[in-house]
Amino acid sequence: MPYDTPADLDAFRTEVREWLEENCPPSMRTPMTEDEVVWGGRREKFKNPDSKIWLERMGEKGWTAPTWPTEYGGGGLTREQAKVLEQEMARINARTPLFSFGLWMFGPALLEFGNEEQKKRFLPDIVMGKTRWCQGYSEPGAGSDLAGLQTKCEDKGDHYLINGQKVWTSYADKADWIFCLVRTDNTKKHEGISFILFDMESEGVETRPIKLISGSSPFCETFFNDVKVPKDQLVGEVNGGWKIAKRLLQHERSSISASGFGSARGSGMLGPEEYAKIHVGTDKDGKVLDGDLRGRIADHMMYAKAFNLTVKRSGEQAKAGQEVGHTASIIKYAAAKMNQDKFELLIEALGTEGLGWEGEGFDEGAKMATRGWLRSKGNSIEGGTSEINLNVVAKRVLGLRDHQ
Amino acid sequence: MTFVLTEDQEMLRDTAVNFTRDELPVKHLRGLRDSGKNGVDPDARQQLAELGFFGVLIPEEYDGVGMGMVALGQVMEAQGRTLASTPLLQTACIGASAILLGGTEAQKKEWLPKIASGEVTTALALDEGTHHNPTGVATEAERDGQGYTLNGAKKYVQDGHHADVFIVVARTFGEPGDTHGLTLFLVPRDAKGVTVQTLNTVDSHGAAHLTLEGVHVDEANVLGDVDKGYDLLEPVLDRGRIALSAEMLGSSLAAFEMTHEYLQTRKQFGQLIGSFQALQHRAAKMFTEIELTTSCVSAALSAVDEQRNDIAELASLAKARAGETVHLVSNDTVQLHGGIGMTDDHDAGFYMKRARVQEALLGSASFHRDRFARMNDF
Repeated sequence: MPYDTPADLDAFRTEVREWLEENCPPSMRTPMTEDEVVWGGRREKFKNPDSKIWLERMGEKGWTAPTWPTEYGGGGLTREQAKVLEQEMARINARTPLFSFGLWMFGPALLEFGNEEQKKRFLPDIVMGKTRWCQGYSEPGAGSDLAGLQTKCEDKGDHYLINGQKVWTSYADKADWIFCLVRTDNTKKHEGISFILFDMESEGVETRPIKLISGSSPFCETFFNDVKVPKDQLVGEVNGGWKIAKRLLQHERSSISASGFGSARGSGMLGPEEYAKIHVGTDKDGKVLDGDLRGRIADHMMYAKAFNLTVKRSGEQAKAGQEVGHTASIIKYAAAKMNQDKFELLIEALGTEGLGWEGEGFDEGAKMATRGWLRSKGNSIEGGTSEINLNVVAKRVLGLRDHQ
Repeated sequence: MTFVLTEDQEMLRDTAVNFTRDELPVKHLRGLRDSGKNGVDPDARQQLAELGFFGVLIPEEYDGVGMGMVALGQVMEAQGRTLASTPLLQTACIGASAILLGGTEAQKKEWLPKIASGEVTTALALDEGTHHNPTGVATEAERDGQGYTLNGAKKYVQDGHHADVFIVVARTFGEPGDTHGLTLFLVPRDAKGVTVQTLNTVDSHGAAHLTLEGVHVDEANVLGDVDKGYDLLEPVLDRGRIALSAEMLGSSLAAFEMTHEYLQTRKQFGQLIGSFQALQHRAAKMFTEIELTTSCVSAALSAVDEQRNDIAELASLAKARAGETVHLVSNDTVQLHGGIGMTDDHDAGFYMKRARVQEALLGSASFHRDRFARMNDF
């Protein structure tokens, strides 16, 4: 279908509505708890059996990846149709059937840069949630300066040989496959990087979970010791991986800011103004007694509102065909600041109730706030530090030049 | 809520930006200051009238152009860019809104065409202390047979030194602090008992203290319902706050552009100062604040046109955010220009001086944070 007329879309909406009515199990129309999130892959246990049925049905329609082409298992929908599907799912509170770095990050990059055989081989399993992917980017010596990565990839004739270490690999201990940046040329920096895929069960791969200041985390250290990789698993050109990496980072930055940074979905955690009312107290007019704290909470809430309006504005302007790169560039920086301010205010409003770690004696929501406060410190580091983001705004948006 | 301008709004925006750039640049304000005009500019008033800017909110049936608040916001932003001293905020926004929202049909017919044509300008005489406080009115209006007698004093009335008609908020009942008991009156500047004390202000726009001593007004001069003036005042103030936020956004943008330009031309240590990371980050943070404020101002302007029920909250959001942004940007503009920014010859100081007046008018950021918190029930 070259374009969607309103009548086409209405017909599609009816079709989607009927299909969802028939196929979305009732328990998949309830709010999802953290441990019922489905990430797919070989080791997925499906805590709720309905979520397996729901994933299979959606996957067969290709609706876990609605806009991907049907020849790779996708839904083949237009943007407008995908929007309708999203609306219809929201209408019945249908759960997202699959959370997946394959869907959000790797798949879109493979669609753009992979060869036909690679797309046919990897994309359908992502759609069906059969393969869970992780991302091998950062290294101990390559954080903000990602292109300084050193994991070695040598051409051994009939295969590649990989040696090195990655860090901050989210869910490496749970993933089936990794998409990974490796060095194929030591003489050049950006032009010496390649983009390669391999099975995490390959001999020589070892993962170790990282414990953060906030407690356990999805992050891992990942070690590669003489890992053999078939040659057809390198994506794009040898030494041409940086371009793919950059595109992927864009997907990552937008999904990090869009995900609301570990939001408190159904956790019982209240907002800072609510905690201030409870723990600081109010005067006869209902005003929080600590005027300074109250003002700072209001300031934060205004910032959050301004942020949300900016996301909305940027979306609307993009739809109208206007240039929004300038606005988008500030989103990640502002989101990190907003989230960190929120958690600082939360634990301040909670007082000593915000200083619990685990066990009895502390409210569940309050403990969530404490852990969230610690975790939020990573928001200005992961996916590009705030300082790097300010550099990007200064250089790319404001056109300020480097030292000569 | 809409963030994209229509073609008509775009055209008005271009007209306004070109007009203030060509006819009312900062140099013009400097000239008014140096010739002792104290922000009073009859020629500009005439030009604004010819462009139809006074009638942007006024429907066509009262000789306006009826384009609405988003449109007026574009004009306000343009005037903010060059710090132009005009009666637009007080007259085209506050005066026109007060009469549109509170006036009888006869009052609308009498006043709106005169406002649209630029024949009459208005000024809201509300605050009596040094801080914005809409309920703190002590000025009394006493019934006197055919009308009312007003006694009291008003502080720092914007445009008070040249407006033709004052919209005086007075107390017909209760005590200062009460929302009930306020009434709005249209008081001609030349009414007996009105004394205007012209003020020379830091931003060179001027203002006035007013004294009302036994000022008699007729029943016909009451605007809106007696004792229920607060219900009219609030939405009128919110429209004023939103329009002023658009002006402040314009000032922030212009000051930022000037600073951005300087970062790319000034050299020290053999380098453009814009290549120093400490300054790059300050610039990027200013840019971020401006982007966030732009969204708040657009949302608030369109909320008025769409008659949404969160206009008051968005007005406080826009005024507080715009206040903080113009504060930051005007300070950084002086700092990043270094010594030249401290000189009177440079425009940086004009932006900082005007910013503080904009911040104080119709409620500071702190006032609006407090109001926002109350609206959100904490």
